[in-house]
This record gives sequence, structure tokens and C-alpha cells, in this order.
Amino acid sequence: MSDPGYSADEMMAVAAARRLRDGMACFVGIGAPSRAANLARATHAPGCVLIYESGTIGAKPRHLPLSIGDGELAETADSVVSVPEIFAYWLQSGRIDVGFLGAAQIDRFANLNSTVIGEYDRPLVRLPGCGGAPEIAASCKQTFVMLRQSLRSFVERLDFRSTVGFGDGSRSRERLGFSGAGVTAVVTDLGVLEPDPQTCELTLTMVHPGVAVDRVRSATGWAIRVSESLSTGAAPSPHELAALRALEIPGERGAQ
Amino acid sequence: MAEIMALADAVGSLVEDGQVVALEGFTHLIPHAAGHEIVRHRYRDLTLVRMTPDVIYDQLIGAGCARKLIFSWGGNPGIGSLHRFRDAVEHAWPSPLELEEHSHAGMAAAYAAGAANLPFGVLRGYRGTDLEARTRVASIECPFTGEQVSAVPAIRPDVGIIHAQQADERGNVQLWGITGVQKETVLAARRSLVTVEEIVASLEPRPGAQVIPAWAITVVALAPGGAHPSYAHGYYDRDNAFYVAWDEISRDRERFVAWMKRHVLETTDVEGYRRRLVGGGGVA
Repeated sequence: MSDPGYSADEMMAVAAARRLRDGMACFVGIGAPSRAANLARATHAPGCVLIYESGTIGAKPRHLPLSIGDGELAETADSVVSVPEIFAYWLQSGRIDVGFLGAAQIDRFANLNSTVIGEYDRPLVRLPGCGGAPEIAASCKQTFVMLRQSLRSFVERLDFRSTVGFGDGSRSRERLGFSGAGVTAVVTDLGVLEPDPQTCELTLTMVHPGVAVDRVRSATGWAIRVSESLSTGAAPSPHELAALRALEIPGERGAQ
Repeated sequence: MAEIMALADAVGSLVEDGQVVALEGFTHLIPHAAGHEIVRHRYRDLTLVRMTPDVIYDQLIGAGCARKLIFSWGGNPGIGSLHRFRDAVEHAWPSPLELEEHSHAGMAAAYAAGAANLPFGVLRGYRGTDLEARTRVASIECPFTGEQVSAVPAIRPDVGIIHAQQADERGNVQLWGITGVQKETVLAARRSLVTVEEIVASLEPRPGAQVIPAWAITVVALAPGGAHPSYAHGYYDRDNAFYVAWDEISRDRERFVAWMKRHVLETTDVEGYRRRLVGGGGVA
């Protein structure tokens, strides 16, 4: 296939950004979610309210922050509150429209692992841990997840359930007393998965341009269901690509 | 009333082997200089508490100061793994590290409970996760509505340590920018240490700043540049290149040990550490 002029990660960021609407309050994890949310704010959703767990509400960084606590987030925020306050008053109260998360592993019910690969007591790889994710996925009105799709990341069985998407399937969230709708979209470098309205099982609803369904199947660790109304998304526009690339800081941070 | 002391004396008089010690600062104002002083004193068997153990806890763990870690996210922000933390958990080097793992919301509620001198914090969290069976959390019923919520035990460190921008000559402390769980850390701890960028004659009130009065703090110590490689809003920026370099330095045990010897064990204060950093051509 010829070079489309953008990378798979750029396609993923653009596809995720398009799902954010202007004016939404968005609780953002660092990395890919922060990239997508800032792209939305730089393009079609300038009024998108970015909230980072460091306590910065309405942050408006010009460039992508390296960490959730960069000084520019505080300098540009509408309000800076303490960490206990951001989790208690703003997140758990159910005020946030969208939570935006990454993870190391995901299963068919959009549960996430960011804790260990292997056994908890004898891990093959000790990952950072869940951070803010469990309560973000529990309390936001809806949650988007972003991660690259592969057999390592899309697994039949998680090594550790750090964060609940839909638990064991339909009605799990109600039983657990979670207020939000759960994970409504999983955006990957290959396409978009959405939960089945009845079973809550993740279903492939969109592929990115040039991606065959078989490629998605072979990058998924379970027999993935494909929507009858599967669509092909639009390639990034020149405007979207330019805005995305302008977010990277040239030099020091852009090099990472 | 806070006593103003030299940093080495402050750490020496507050910290003992085997204690529960919390160093906080959420990406901003991380008390690195105080952490280095703990390494220089060669404390052992500490239970270290921190929401986001990053480079300073990687150094403390790799230097063999910790027996247990209470935390919610352990990584090098924006870069990846903490290699010394991983080596301790995956290979028990230099010694085994017991983990008590929480979510951020759980840690925040536990600190707030500690600051309020309450036995536990309450939140909606942990339910349905594998963490529930692996940590100290209990499901309780609201006595008024019957709702099931989660309880986490209050964090009450023996010593709570934070870094701030300013203190006045009486030991009142002012910090601004991202203030994280710093106030809760001081108020939850039996004894507290605040290191500061500068000591001024009197604090000038700033919008959005937190002031912690001197009578709520045990010791204040001057440590200009003491948050490096994190930052102090209004004083200096985050040294992002250092966080990138740390990934390489910390990956290898011998290189880590050599770096710690040169930059921490062979120096006596922040100024000496800075000189070694500059002398080493930057960070390595």
C-alpha cells in the first residue's frame, strides 16, 4: 500500500478527537488521550473543557504536556484544585461528560488492565498501576479508550482487572452501582469498537481507511463481532493533520 | 511552631528506620532534595507512601531504603517504566518490596481522612476490580441511604514531607500552582517537614495559593532547587530532559548505583548535587 501521508497513531488520534463535542467536560489521561483531546480543542471543539487529574480544570495548553502536572496546564486552567477535590467534587459527583483512558490490555467487555502482565505476586512485567482509571470509568457519563490493537493488548482474558468497563457483560455496571454509561468507544490504530446495546460486547463498527476486517480479526485475541453496518472512517484532513502536528513541541519533547 | 533547620538536620531528627514516610507533590514541587537526604542517611525498612512514585521513589527504592510501598501509579511520567521499582517488584533487587496498591481516588480519600483525623475515607471505587482482593479496602453500607460504598484506611504517616515555594521567617508556608495532596500530607502526618525554595521576611498573598500556618508544621528547611527535576511554579521549569535521561540511567543496576554514588552519596546538599549534574555534562 502506498504511503497515505499520515501514521496509524495519527489516524487513531484524529478518530478519537472527532468523537468529542464542543463544550464537553473531558477527564483526560496523559499520552494518547491527551493528544486526541487537545486536537479536538484545536479543531472542531474549541470549547472542550480539559480536566487533568493533577487538579487543573479547563486547561488550554498550546503544546502537548509531557506529564499530567506540567506548569502550562496550571497557568492556562480556569481553576486549579487539590487532588482530593478533583476526584471527590468533580469526578465522583458525576459532573464529567467523558473520561478518556489508555491501557495495556482490554477484553471483550472493555475491562482494562494497567497493573501487571503475568501473576500479581510474580509479575512478568510490573506496569504502573491503575492511577485514576477505575473511578474515571465508573463515574464519567461515558468513557473512551484508546490503545493500539494487537494480540498482546486485545486479550481473551486480562491478567488483572484494574478498571471495569462492562464487567462480566450486561447489567454488571448496574449491579456495581456505577453512574456512567461505561465505555462507549474504543479507538485503535485499526478502527473503532463500540459495545453491543444488548450484550455490551465490543463490536467492530468502523475501520480506518485501508484497513481490512481480517486484519482487525487477526489483531484481536477473541472472535471479534463485526457490525452489520460497519463503516469506513474518513482519512485525516489536511487541517486535522496540521493541527495535530502543531501540538508537538519541536525538539526536546517532540522527539519522544 | 515550625522550627527552621538545615535540611540534613531536619531529616536526621524526623526520620527513623522502619517508619511510614510520605513524600508528596503531584508532578509539581516533588521533594527531591529531602529524598536525597533520606538516601544519604541510609535509612532502611521504610514504608514509603506516595500517590505517584516516580523518579525520587525509584531512587529511594533502588538505594534500598524501602520495605513497603503504598501507592496508586508508579511510572516515569510521559516516558514509561520505573526500572528500579520494577526490578524490586519483579526480581527483589536490592530487596523485596511489599506493595499496598490503591487507585488515585482511594489514596486521595485516605489522605483527606488522615488530615481530618478520621479512621477511614469513603469513595465510590474499587468495586468489580481485581484490586479489591489485593489491597486494604472494605465495602460498607451508607447508614442513611443503604448505598454500598468503599472505605479505605486513613493514611497517617510518621513523617510527611513536601516542597513549597516560600516560607516566612516564622515558618508559615505558601505554595501555589498544582497543589496536589501536599496540604493533606502535612496535616495527616504525626510530624512534618516542608522544604522551600526561599525564606522571605513575610509572605505576599497570591490568588489561589495555599498557606499552611507555621503551627501546623514541625520543621521547615531551605532547599533552593530542591524539587529538581520536577519544577517549582514561578521559580524553574520541569527538567523534561532529565526524565528522559533517567530511563537510561535507571535501566542498568551498575549505572544506577554509580549515578547515585556520584550525585547523591558523594554530595551533601542541593548545591553539590547541582554541581555534579552540570559537571557531568548535564544529567548523566
